[in-house]
Amino acid sequence: MKRAMITGNSAAAWGARLAGAEYVPAFPITPQTEIIETLAQWIDRGEMECGMTTLESEHSMITAAASAAATGIRVFTATSSQGLLYGMEMLYTVSGWRAPFVMVNVSRGLASPITLEPDHNDILAARDSGFLQLHCATCQEVLDCILIAYRLAEDERVRLPVIVNMDGFHLSFTREPVEIPDRDTVDHFLPDFEPGNVRFRASEPVSQAVTVLGGALYSYFRYEMHLAAMNALSAFDEIAADFTSVFGRRHELVESYRTGDAELVFVMIGSFATKARAAVDSLRRAGVAVGLMRPLLIRPFPRDRIREILAGKKGVAVIDQNLSVGMGGVLHTEVASALYGLPDAPLVLNSFIGGLGGRDISAEEFYEMASVTTKAVSDGRSLPPRLLFTGQELAEVRRLQEIAKSGRKGGNGGKGES
Amino acid sequence: MDTNRESTPIYRIRFHGRGGQGMKTAGRILGTAFFLEGFVVQDAPRYGAERRGAPIFAYVRASRAPVNERGVIHNPDLVIIADETLAMIPAAEILRGVTGRTVLLIHSSEEPETWKERLAFAGTLLTLSTATEPGDIPRFRFAGVACAGAAARLADVISRSSLEQAIRAELRHVGAAVMSKNLEMALQSYDLMAQYAGRVTPGGEIAADTWLRPDWVDLPFEDAGVSAPAVFTPATSEMVKTGLWRNMRPIIDQALCSRCRLCGVYCPDGCISIDMAGYPHIDYDHCKGCLICIAQCPSHAVRPIPEHDGKPEGGVK
Repeated sequence: MKRAMITGNSAAAWGARLAGAEYVPAFPITPQTEIIETLAQWIDRGEMECGMTTLESEHSMITAAASAAATGIRVFTATSSQGLLYGMEMLYTVSGWRAPFVMVNVSRGLASPITLEPDHNDILAARDSGFLQLHCATCQEVLDCILIAYRLAEDERVRLPVIVNMDGFHLSFTREPVEIPDRDTVDHFLPDFEPGNVRFRASEPVSQAVTVLGGALYSYFRYEMHLAAMNALSAFDEIAADFTSVFGRRHELVESYRTGDAELVFVMIGSFATKARAAVDSLRRAGVAVGLMRPLLIRPFPRDRIREILAGKKGVAVIDQNLSVGMGGVLHTEVASALYGLPDAPLVLNSFIGGLGGRDISAEEFYEMASVTTKAVSDGRSLPPRLLFTGQELAEVRRLQEIAKSGRKGGNGGKGES
Repeated sequence: MDTNRESTPIYRIRFHGRGGQGMKTAGRILGTAFFLEGFVVQDAPRYGAERRGAPIFAYVRASRAPVNERGVIHNPDLVIIADETLAMIPAAEILRGVTGRTVLLIHSSEEPETWKERLAFAGTLLTLSTATEPGDIPRFRFAGVACAGAAARLADVISRSSLEQAIRAELRHVGAAVMSKNLEMALQSYDLMAQYAGRVTPGGEIAADTWLRPDWVDLPFEDAGVSAPAVFTPATSEMVKTGLWRNMRPIIDQALCSRCRLCGVYCPDGCISIDMAGYPHIDYDHCKGCLICIAQCPSHAVRPIPEHDGKPEGGVK
């Protein structure tokens, strides 16, 4: 084991390497990340025994990954944002093959307008695809979750592909201290894949993922996928317990930070949840009884655990770094559905949309969200959804709109000024 | 489990420079040096669609406890300006979040007093000289590593040997001569800052009992004629002074120019115009300093000078 300063991208590559990935198909061009570049270097230098193929698109890359996985080998791949969307057809297709593999997604906002910066709309667009989803908050978690993801994906009760998600910039380019375990230790936790009947061979043709018409067969196969995904909840708890006994680190289906005696709870996923953790500590010092709930798994959705954590709380502030256009925050909607019918459900369930396209969420905004949620509790009703967006930001939009629509008077375009 | 006791202070340090000047590496050297001293560290470069020469920054957080803060540093303890010309570029935001307890370190041969007046900054402002000895490699090439060395001393929790070890780790791919020069520059800065050791201290959190409330606004509905992301005004990119990205400036010597126009043909940004007499002129508001014109000029009439030495004539003011 060594402890080193590495980026989320590097942690992902280490995860694949330590998991003993045998094949990596990759789309090699933007929006591909340094994950593939790092693996390519290791393979090239002979430090990692693994096949790599570059494909002409993410659509082909995901097809190649699942095809290779169907032969019973351990497969890894990675993508990001528009690339994930470009492969979307195959996400739905290959999950139905029931061939397990792991893919990392580096989360970024989607066009239009075009951005390079992070939010969660890309990964949440894939939430109904049949891939399980783990959302990481730190670089350490990226490495650890890849190892856990292989155990989940390959588990006989599950056998579905898994996406491990990390935020662009805030994890992908950010270095943090990460414990990189030895391969021998990893082998204790993640032995070789026992593929069972996942063993497609060119010499022994099978018809995989066949056509079914009439509805009943289709319903059977899709619902079996759903049942398998739901099995991942209890499987995760077992696997995470194994993980703790081998590596000492603990990963929970749903992180609950200082929620025990909390009256208010922030709900977030991904790396900005650590900002919420910092805000919880600061608010606690100021006498506010607040905690943080962070689901690590989004698919399957840990409904029961969420109910346990939020039962009896007074107010909940769900902070979504995504926007389901025409509905609102995805996480808010899902938490609300989890709480329906819970006798002592929180009275207030506020929705905040923040961090779209890389927009920061300041410490002061966390304090303000706690403050307005406390007020909502005393008023006895939830607030309308709130976009985290300031008057100053609107003024900047107005300045640029002026330039864009009616000529150049009154402003200076872009970032440069003279 | 955390208790309600006081927060563990965090060093929050920001490096400002230009793409290509090694700010990401400088941040990583300082980050690794902190890490070697047992700190929990977070370091990251910050850039978008910019190219070489554009203002960029990198940041480092270091603490004795896990660092939960993320993203851009809004309340820096130390701001390092590795390229003094950034002071003229508002978009570089070098003073973002600077308070009276923030230390500013500017890589410049001008006096600290001059800079304090120029930036209207009353706190601790230090300079790290860029003076070049005759025949020496221009010091600005080592701006990043020199600033990292200075920063290590200002925090006074990083030993000389940890700094050296960090540089060897982060620059492990360079040759022996380059490594030796980098070490020399960094350690020299480290030693120069001895009298200011400990001047930079780790800051606390933004208190959650009294804070500046965000002025959130409700967005009104606006029809798509207003709210679709379309730019109808032509040529707005001219308003972006990409000349600010330049760190080397091409200068045309008309006495040597054969008026062949090749420089203008090859300029990827269309920044070279030809006057009535057939001589080329460079639009320094937009020339990014790629120096392709120099490579193309058959009569060697274009030469590069460091932007620092550029005279204001025709340049970006």
